[in-house]
Amino acid sequence: MNRRYVNLIIILLLLALSIWIDLPSNPGIKIGSFERSLETVLGLDLRGGMQVILSVPAEIAVTQQNLQDAAQILENRSNALGVDEVVYQTAGERIIVGEYPGASNAEDVIGKIKETGQLEFVDFGDVRVPEGTVVETDFGLSTSTGAEATPTVEVTPTTESTATAEATPEATPAETTSATRYHTVLTGANLKSVSVVRGQLNDYTVALEFDSEGADILKEWTTTNVGKILGIVLDKTVISSPSVNNPIPDGQAEIIGSFTNESANALAVQLRYGSLPIPLEIEQIRVIGPTLGQDSLDKSLLAGIIGFGIVMLFMGIYYRVPGVVADLAIIFYALITFAIFKLVPVTLTLPGIAGFLLSTGSALDANILIFERLKEELRNGRTMRQAIDLAWRRAWPSIRDSNIAALITAAILFWFGSTFGASFVKGFALTLALGVGVSLMTAFTVTRTLLGLVVDLFKDPEQRPGLFGL
Amino acid sequence: MINILGKRYYYFALSLLLIIPGLIILAVKGLPLAIDFKGGTLLELQFPSTQLPETSAVIALYNDMGFKEVQVQTALGISGERDILVIRSPFMDDTTKIALVEQMKTDFGVSEISVNRFDSVGPVIAQQVTSRAALAVAIAALAVILYITYAFRGIPHAFRYGVCAIIAMLHDILIVFSITAIGSVLWDWQMDSMFLTALLTVIGFSTQDKIVVFDRIRENSSFLRKLPFEKLANHSIVQTLQRSINTQLMTVEFMLLSLALFGGITLREFAVILLVGLLSGTYSSIFVAAPLLVVWENQEWKTWFRKQSANA
Repeated sequence: MNRRYVNLIIILLLLALSIWIDLPSNPGIKIGSFERSLETVLGLDLRGGMQVILSVPAEIAVTQQNLQDAAQILENRSNALGVDEVVYQTAGERIIVGEYPGASNAEDVIGKIKETGQLEFVDFGDVRVPEGTVVETDFGLSTSTGAEATPTVEVTPTTESTATAEATPEATPAETTSATRYHTVLTGANLKSVSVVRGQLNDYTVALEFDSEGADILKEWTTTNVGKILGIVLDKTVISSPSVNNPIPDGQAEIIGSFTNESANALAVQLRYGSLPIPLEIEQIRVIGPTLGQDSLDKSLLAGIIGFGIVMLFMGIYYRVPGVVADLAIIFYALITFAIFKLVPVTLTLPGIAGFLLSTGSALDANILIFERLKEELRNGRTMRQAIDLAWRRAWPSIRDSNIAALITAAILFWFGSTFGASFVKGFALTLALGVGVSLMTAFTVTRTLLGLVVDLFKDPEQRPGLFGL
Repeated sequence: MINILGKRYYYFALSLLLIIPGLIILAVKGLPLAIDFKGGTLLELQFPSTQLPETSAVIALYNDMGFKEVQVQTALGISGERDILVIRSPFMDDTTKIALVEQMKTDFGVSEISVNRFDSVGPVIAQQVTSRAALAVAIAALAVILYITYAFRGIPHAFRYGVCAIIAMLHDILIVFSITAIGSVLWDWQMDSMFLTALLTVIGFSTQDKIVVFDRIRENSSFLRKLPFEKLANHSIVQTLQRSINTQLMTVEFMLLSLALFGGITLREFAVILLVGLLSGTYSSIFVAAPLLVVWENQEWKTWFRKQSANA
C-alpha cells in the first residue's frame, strides 16, 4: 500500500480521536489510574473569580517543604469549608498562589484564608486570657511589611466558647487587646496530629501529639510551669487557654474541658488545619466579576471565529488548491491543539488565547512558506511532484529554526511565570509551545499528505497553473 | 529586481522617527506602569446607570480613608454605556475595599454597586515581578542569539545574524513602548500584564520572522557565493517578500483587526499594541535586520562621516 494512504489513515484516526475529545459532551477518560474529566478549564479572567498571592515575610526562613505543606493545608482547609475547585500552588521560594474560580464573595474567602493562620502555644503565665483576645507574641516578630492597612485589626470571635479548660472562664469582653507581648513556646509546625477522644462519662477531650522536637520543648516548659496557662493562639487570636495540670513528658497532651462532641471537633479542625508551618501575608488580590469574564469570553470567541474565517478565505483564494488543503490542515491543527488543551489540561486565559493565536500564525506561516516555495519551483519548470518535494525540503530549515526559537522563548517565559505566580505569562507560554509543536506536526504531515493526494486527483496538474495560484 | 537595501539609511531614519517621540514622552512622564508592576489597587465599579458620582467626590472619599494619589476614570461598560468607574489608588486590602464600596453606596445614594474587577498588588511583589520580567526577556534574547549563531554556523559570521536579529527585536520592543507611550497620553493606556503578554508575543514573532529572512540568505549564500553580500541579501529579501506580506496579512491584519473590532473592551488596547508590534516585527526583518547585516559586512561606519560612496 502506498505510504501516503497509511499516513492518511493515521491522520484520520487522530482526527477522529481529537474530535471525540473536543466534544463538549465527552464523558471523560478512565484508563487504569489515568483519569481525565476532559472539561474545558477556563481561567479566572474568562469565567470570573479571584486570585490571591500569599507570601512568606522576608525575615522568616522557609524551606520548599514548608511552603508545599502550607499550600496543601490551605487547600484542605478550603475544601473542608466547602469552597469549590480551589487550587493552591507554590511559586518560587516564598509564594503561594490561590485561585478561586467563580468566587464572587471575596470577603468570605479571604476571611477563611486569614483564619487559616499561624498556630502558636503561648506562655500566658498566671493569666487566663479570654478567647477572641488579640495578643502579641514574640514569634517571627513580623512588623508590617509594606502593606499600609494591617489585617490584624478585626477580631474573629470563635464559636468554641466552651473550650476553656477546667477553671471558670473570665467574663471579660472578648474585644480587648492586651498590650503585653507573650512568649511563644511552640508553633503549629511541631504539631504532629490532633484527634478527639471520647471519655467514659461521655466527655470529650482533644488529644495533641507533638513531634520529637516539640515534645522536648513541651517537656522542659511544662515541668517548670505546672499550674500556669499555656494559651492556644491562632493568628494572634486566643482560641483556648488551658492550664497545665501535670508535666507533659512524651509530647502527648490533652486539652480537657467541658467539650461537647461538636466543640471538640471544631477545635480539632482549627488546630489541625490551622497549623501552618509558616506565616503568610496577602500580597496580591485580583477579583474579576463573572459578567466581565463572560463578556470577554464571548467577544474573544466571536473575534477568533471571524478572524479565522477571513484567513481561511484568503488562503483559499490566494493559493487555490494548496490553500484549501492548508485550510483543512489548519482546522485539523485547531482541533488537535484544543484536544491537547483539554487533555493536559491547560487553563485557558486571555493571554493563553493570544499564545494560541500566535501559534496559529506560525502554523499558517509554515504553510505560506511552503506554498511560496512551491510556486517558485513550478515557475522554474519543475514537474508537480518534484516541486512539492523540493518545496518541502527547502522550506523546512526556516520553519524548524524559527519554531525552535519560539520554543526557546516559550520555555524561558514558562519558567518566569511559574516562579512568580504570574499565571498569565505561564498560560501564554504553555499554549504557545503546544501550538508551535502541533503546527510543526500538521504542516509536515497533514498538509503534505493531503496535498499529495489531492494533486493525484488532477490529470496533468502542470498544465493547469491556475489551480496553484500561478 | 527591486533594490530594497540601497535606501537602508532612509529606513533607519523612519524607525527613529517612530521611536523617538515615544521615548521623549517616556523620558518626560516616566513609564505608564500599571499596578501589576508598581503595586497598588485598581477597583473597577459597575454602576446601575450613567449617573456617576463626581470624580472629585470619589477622590475626597478616598482621601478621607487615608489614600493619597488617587486617579479616577470613567469607562464604557458591557452595555456600551459610560457607567463604569475605574479607580487607581495605593495598595488596599479586601476589608478596606468592602468598607469603601459601602461608604460609596451611602454617600452617593446608589443602591447597587458591583465590583467588576479588584486588583490589589503589594509593592514588594510588584517590584520582584518587574525585575524578573526584564531578566526573562534578557535571557530569552541571549538564548536566541546563541541558537541563531548555532543554526547559522555553516555560513561566515554566524554570530552577526544573532546580533542583528536581536537589534531588530529591540527595535520592535522600542516601537511597542513608543506606541504605548503615545497611547498613554491620548487614551490613558497603561503597561499592565496584558501589555507584557503583547510584548512577549511581539518578541516571539519578531525572532521567528528574522530567522525566515535570514534562512533565505543562508540558503542563497551556498550557491550565490560570488555575488557581493548586499546583492545576495537584497535578492533573498525580495524572494521572501511575498511570504512576509502574506503572513503579515494573515496573522496581523485579519486576526488582530477582528480582535480589535469585536474583541470587547478588555482586549482592545492589547489588540492594537499587538497589531503595531507585529507589523513592526515584519518591517524590521526586511528594513532593519537585513540592512544591518549589510552595514556590518561593508563596515560602513568607517565611511559614515565621509562622503557616501556611490555604490553604497
